[in-house]
Amino acid sequence: MDIKIALAGNPNSGKTTLFNHLTGSNQYVGNWPGVTVEKKEGRLKGHKDVVIQDLPGIYSLSPYSPEEVVTRTYLVNEHPDAILNIVDGTNIERNLYLTTQLIELGHPVVVAVNMIDLVRKAGDEIDLEKLGRALGCVVMEISALKGEGCAEAAAKAVELARNHSHGEMPHVFNGSVEHALAHIEESIEGKVLGNYLRWYAIKMFERDENVRAELGLDAELLEHLEKHIADCERELDDDAESIIADQRYRYITDIVGRAVKKKRAKHGLTLSGKIDRIVTNRILALPIFAGVMYLMYAIAMGSYPFSIGTMGTDWANDVLFGQWVPTFFDGILTTLGVSGWLYGLIMDGILAGVGAVLGFVPQILVLSLLLSVLEDIGYMARVAFIMDRILRKFGLSGKSIIPMLVATGCGVPGILASRTIETERDRKITVMTTGFIPCGAKMPIIGLFAGAVFDNSPLVALSAFLIGIAAVVVSGVILKKFKALAGDAAPFVMELPAYHLPSVRNVARTTLERGWDFVKRATTIVLLSSIVLWFLQSYGFQNGVFGVVEDNNYSLLATMGKMIAWIFYPLGWMGDMAWKAAVATVTGLIAKEEVVMTFGTLYNYAGELSETGDEIWGLVARDFGPLRAYSFMIFNLLCAPCFAAMGAIRREMNSGKWTAFAIGYMCVFAYAIAMVVYQIGGLISGTAPFSVWTVVAIVVLAALVWLVFRKGYKAGKVNRLDGVGAGK
Amino acid sequence: MKTLKDVPVGKCAVVVKLNGEGPVRRRIMDMGITKGVEIYVRKVAPLGDPMELDLRGYALSLRKADAEMIEVE
Repeated sequence: MDIKIALAGNPNSGKTTLFNHLTGSNQYVGNWPGVTVEKKEGRLKGHKDVVIQDLPGIYSLSPYSPEEVVTRTYLVNEHPDAILNIVDGTNIERNLYLTTQLIELGHPVVVAVNMIDLVRKAGDEIDLEKLGRALGCVVMEISALKGEGCAEAAAKAVELARNHSHGEMPHVFNGSVEHALAHIEESIEGKVLGNYLRWYAIKMFERDENVRAELGLDAELLEHLEKHIADCERELDDDAESIIADQRYRYITDIVGRAVKKKRAKHGLTLSGKIDRIVTNRILALPIFAGVMYLMYAIAMGSYPFSIGTMGTDWANDVLFGQWVPTFFDGILTTLGVSGWLYGLIMDGILAGVGAVLGFVPQILVLSLLLSVLEDIGYMARVAFIMDRILRKFGLSGKSIIPMLVATGCGVPGILASRTIETERDRKITVMTTGFIPCGAKMPIIGLFAGAVFDNSPLVALSAFLIGIAAVVVSGVILKKFKALAGDAAPFVMELPAYHLPSVRNVARTTLERGWDFVKRATTIVLLSSIVLWFLQSYGFQNGVFGVVEDNNYSLLATMGKMIAWIFYPLGWMGDMAWKAAVATVTGLIAKEEVVMTFGTLYNYAGELSETGDEIWGLVARDFGPLRAYSFMIFNLLCAPCFAAMGAIRREMNSGKWTAFAIGYMCVFAYAIAMVVYQIGGLISGTAPFSVWTVVAIVVLAALVWLVFRKGYKAGKVNRLDGVGAGK
Repeated sequence: MKTLKDVPVGKCAVVVKLNGEGPVRRRIMDMGITKGVEIYVRKVAPLGDPMELDLRGYALSLRKADAEMIEVE
């Protein structure tokens, strides 16, 4: 039988670092059933028969957030053999609050006091033995970042698990509470496993709904217990939940007072406090934030001498996928003497499609790296602190700003960055709106039309950004009014963790995971769609015969484009450009860069097209005209993002239904805006005559205004805390 | 009745009572804001909300709307 050790602790206690240190590369990552809470387990290095189960970072075992419920369910139903509880030594008082709750579960517990190096540096002393005696469990010191004491703490947990030895439960509560608890214990004895007795009794005392439902006691017994609880509440003049929390903290304050010697004066400034005097300063905070974001963007996506992300991507596009890979495959395919169609499929279909997406990997890696460093050192919590006020107004969380900013580079890491957002509703709205931000791959589309139709006016790009931001804001307001996403009352009770140096291992792991995710998608969904697209583009019916078509106006893709073009008629896509625009929109789903490339093919440009396609500007200008061009641009900027981003949405939503809703919403929103712009813009400028669609556009506009300003669903009492305990 | 919201930056206050109900109240207690604890108001965010508090040796941020639930003296 494998030994199961549960790793539990507060967010920001160094749990991830410890977990990575204990298990190395031997990890399995998934989701807890039914919720988007990450589940990680791994085998302890050097002990093949020991499984370490990483539990979500939480502050308490209350029944309100998914993280807490997942942890409780695991600890009670899966019977781990021991709990390894990691505690931040620099913040021991609040961390021990969870510890006392874990001990009540009756499993063997090892408390690992982390960041002991920082505790010593601050001149503080923790008497481990005294603490252990008071808590009734083994207390050890570790430094997860330096790897100090970690293996020993894990070994101790294994030893206790093998012996099933747990200490005596500490006496946390005072007389009258203990009296009521004793009554409850007596009543439920035999209904629960022996070691959980105290845990269940305390939860019954707190009137915990989940536990009440689980035990299913009969009404008479419940009433009897209720009397004891009510007596106790009357005596202490407080409600049961507060009594427990209160006495727990009193108990902890008392033992910390005896076992911990603090050198620092009360309210003296720690190093973090000193840093925050500048970083969250009234005047400097916003400029510093803007500067950090600009720098991050510049390093990953900019075109400066230090923009390593761009250098990598340029190299990948020009050299790796521009020369080396094609030359390599050209050599092989020529040597093998494969037939023309297979050569075309591999070279023009697969390599071109997959290469276009893989070329982004260096920028993604650099961006992920910088992002995870900012996360790891604790800056993200400060950003949420600074930005919360503004974003609240639009129904978003302070933390939504990060995904939005990252998405100006690429939507995929942007959407993935939404994971740090605490409440599930805010996270969903952020995931749904992040794709509106014009990403790097949409820039060529803007470039094409700005150049072809608008005389290269910089206003086009500016307006694209403003429309993207407006779409986010308007959508935030609209979505927040639907019942499923409503709830202003979402609390913002957030720890501002002490700054610390980033763990190289954590940062490297997160970065590689995100990069690898991207590669996986590029080699699966993009590969597949490239093949399909290539086929549709190169084959078709010409003169009644099916085969390879020279003129791709006869291709299957063109045929299909003509079939669906009517859908976009209200957006003003008519005449010659209609089917071309429809096809380009479809190919844009593979990757938004494909849009310009598709126009190149459809306008029969034979040579290598520049990024913004200036070779075909004349033809585009003739076909589109300003209003149509703008309607096309808006639709393509706002509609469903590329497949890679859709995959990211799927991953973060963890639900097919919500993914479909998110993508559907984006498409409908894009369609509505593009239609309003074309019809009403056309009416004003006189290029689109008054028609039934003008009326429809006015109705749609009115509906949008109504959606923004209607009263909406008001959430009453909040019954859940969606993931407020979520760690990073 | 004085609440935590009214405590000026740079001043301390002792918690007397927690009003409100449900998850938010429990959450605030879980984070260590219980009767008798001393809270130091470190600062207010640049845009006026939320507040940054020092208690039990760590930093916590809390919206003013939630701070209004906490009676202090």
